[in-house]
Amino acid sequence: MVMVHPETQAATAEAALPIIELSRLTKRYDGHAAVNELDLTIAKGEIFGLLGPNGAGKTTTILMMLGLTEPTSGRVRVCGLDPTRQPLQVKRRVGYMPDDVGFYEDRTALDNLLFTARLNRIASEPARRKALELLERVGLSGALDKKVGAFSRGMRQRLGIADVLIKHPEVIVLDEPTLGIDPEGVRELLQLIRDLSRLEGLTVLLSSHHLHQVQQICDRVGLFVRGELIASGDVKSLAEQLDDDRAVTVELEVSGWSEELGERLAGIPGILSFGVPERRNAAPDEASSGEETVRIQLRCERDLTTDAARAVIDSGASLHAVSRKQYGLDDIYHRYFEGGGSA
Amino acid sequence: MIDATAHVNGLRRKLARLKDFGRPPARAENVPAERGTASPFWVIVQKEFGDHMRSWRFGILIGIIALACIGSIYAAVTALKDGVKTQDTDTSFLFLQMFTASDGTLPTFTTFVSFLGPLMGIALGFDAINSERGKGTLSRMLSQPIYRDDFIRAKFTASLLLIAVVLYALGFLVMGLGLFTIGYPPTPEEVVRVVLFLAIGVVYVGFWLNLSMLFSIRFRQAATSALSGIALWIFFSVFYSMIMGIVDRATMPPETSALSMLLRHAKMMLALNRLSPSFLFSETTSTMLAPGVRSLGPLTTEQVVGAIASPLPLGQSLLLCWPQLVGLVAATLICFGFSYLLFMRQEIRSRS
Repeated sequence: MVMVHPETQAATAEAALPIIELSRLTKRYDGHAAVNELDLTIAKGEIFGLLGPNGAGKTTTILMMLGLTEPTSGRVRVCGLDPTRQPLQVKRRVGYMPDDVGFYEDRTALDNLLFTARLNRIASEPARRKALELLERVGLSGALDKKVGAFSRGMRQRLGIADVLIKHPEVIVLDEPTLGIDPEGVRELLQLIRDLSRLEGLTVLLSSHHLHQVQQICDRVGLFVRGELIASGDVKSLAEQLDDDRAVTVELEVSGWSEELGERLAGIPGILSFGVPERRNAAPDEASSGEETVRIQLRCERDLTTDAARAVIDSGASLHAVSRKQYGLDDIYHRYFEGGGSA
Repeated sequence: MIDATAHVNGLRRKLARLKDFGRPPARAENVPAERGTASPFWVIVQKEFGDHMRSWRFGILIGIIALACIGSIYAAVTALKDGVKTQDTDTSFLFLQMFTASDGTLPTFTTFVSFLGPLMGIALGFDAINSERGKGTLSRMLSQPIYRDDFIRAKFTASLLLIAVVLYALGFLVMGLGLFTIGYPPTPEEVVRVVLFLAIGVVYVGFWLNLSMLFSIRFRQAATSALSGIALWIFFSVFYSMIMGIVDRATMPPETSALSMLLRHAKMMLALNRLSPSFLFSETTSTMLAPGVRSLGPLTTEQVVGAIASPLPLGQSLLLCWPQLVGLVAATLICFGFSYLLFMRQEIRSRS
């Protein structure tokens, strides 16, 4: 059921080495499966987005990758290592930022970073240099002597990114990194993550339930519902998976609607179905014309936008808007979540 | 799976250390584990120690304990001044009475340690793990390359070190003040006895520390774990002896019964009393600080016939209280074992 698409631009550059491999991974809590028979491969250098509603099993999957909880069954390989058996080697290579990351609040930002560096056995001089550089990079250089207790949510998240990076990881795992940050902050954070991945060849796994954000930066996304990965691939291929019959939907807004026009539209070769014309009152400034605007959806075999528009104009009606409906992640999301994973 | 990891952990760590010796800078670009950097265990110990030192909680505790101890010295000194005139049998170990004598206005130093020591242990341990969990730092910590058992061991070590520093500081303070006020120098044996007494005190407080850390792993709320710790502390230091008194009276054979019956009853009561860590502690301290104590159990007249009433040498005193000391250490280890068992298999989620 689950399709894995290794053909991404990052993967091709890096010879598509799988850095995270999950196979038939299952985690049960008192009989109910939080993660069920999950198969997933993430290539080196990729930005992968785990997308799903709350309680879909995203965090549980991440915890299993880090050995913070043990799988009920199945296999996890991170950098070729088993996180339950070789937790230290895995944790040395993987930087993890938990959802709602916490710091020692009575210590300064710099102290917190240096503490992490010391836990990773980085000597104090290079650690200090690296910490200052990272704080600069995440835009916290002005607050390095401030106690973390006084930090805002966004500052904490950015400090979290610096904290993850200080140990020179190969993979970074970010659990809901954008939760609770203002839109501008989200944009900066995502830009930062993208830069990191591109410049340093880091593999990034991030979980989120904000599809737009994920859509912006991820090479591939995986849709998670009730512990199952119901689809994965880049946004385009997800749209294809969603749209089984590959139909294109064209939406027209026409005033001067007539039955004849309807027949004419239906007669265009390649039109599969024909939505019910939806009558709408004209906008206030056009009220004088007394004409009604009709919105209609056509399902077409292929892209017939031009033909449909021509048909409308030839029939003498006026065309207000034409749009070819593309499936964004929003639609995909809705479809899967409403369908409850029946797809 | 983690269970198996736990069993081979020690061995694996040793192997890992050996491996690290073999190849210091080989994988420097990947694992910047430079030589001369402290192991994560000591890094955590250092941080915890510093955190405790700077915390208000510790300041308040040390204030209470220091005041109590100074009070007890005052009581001891006045008692000694009066006592020296009247009783002249025990002047050989006069200095040790600084810790055990009192004029009745305030409890002795040993009583203070056995009563307030547990409070200090509980206060340092009750939120060791669950506060990290609540602040969301636990999952961040444990995603660093450290072993889980290192984490709890480091927390325990840091607090125990602090307790040792406090107890020794107070003990030596009492000794020093005693020197000033009574002007009677201690013999080397007395000094060794005091040092050993303080070491036993550290073990005793360490037990309470470990118990409260166990609660902090088991209970998600710091308040629950603090209350459970304090409840046990009050139970053992106040109610347990009362309950034992009732049991004693209820099961006491008539005074006219055979000696073997009386002895058996006395031994049973002693065994029941020894379930309480504070009773064990009081037995060990009285042996260490009062060399005249020759037995911790009942003695028949036959047994003491021919014995010369003289103080025990240090080695014999130590031998006498050795089982009690082992009991205290064992109780500590049992608590630690349970904490280990719970923590190694626990799922670490952020803030839950």
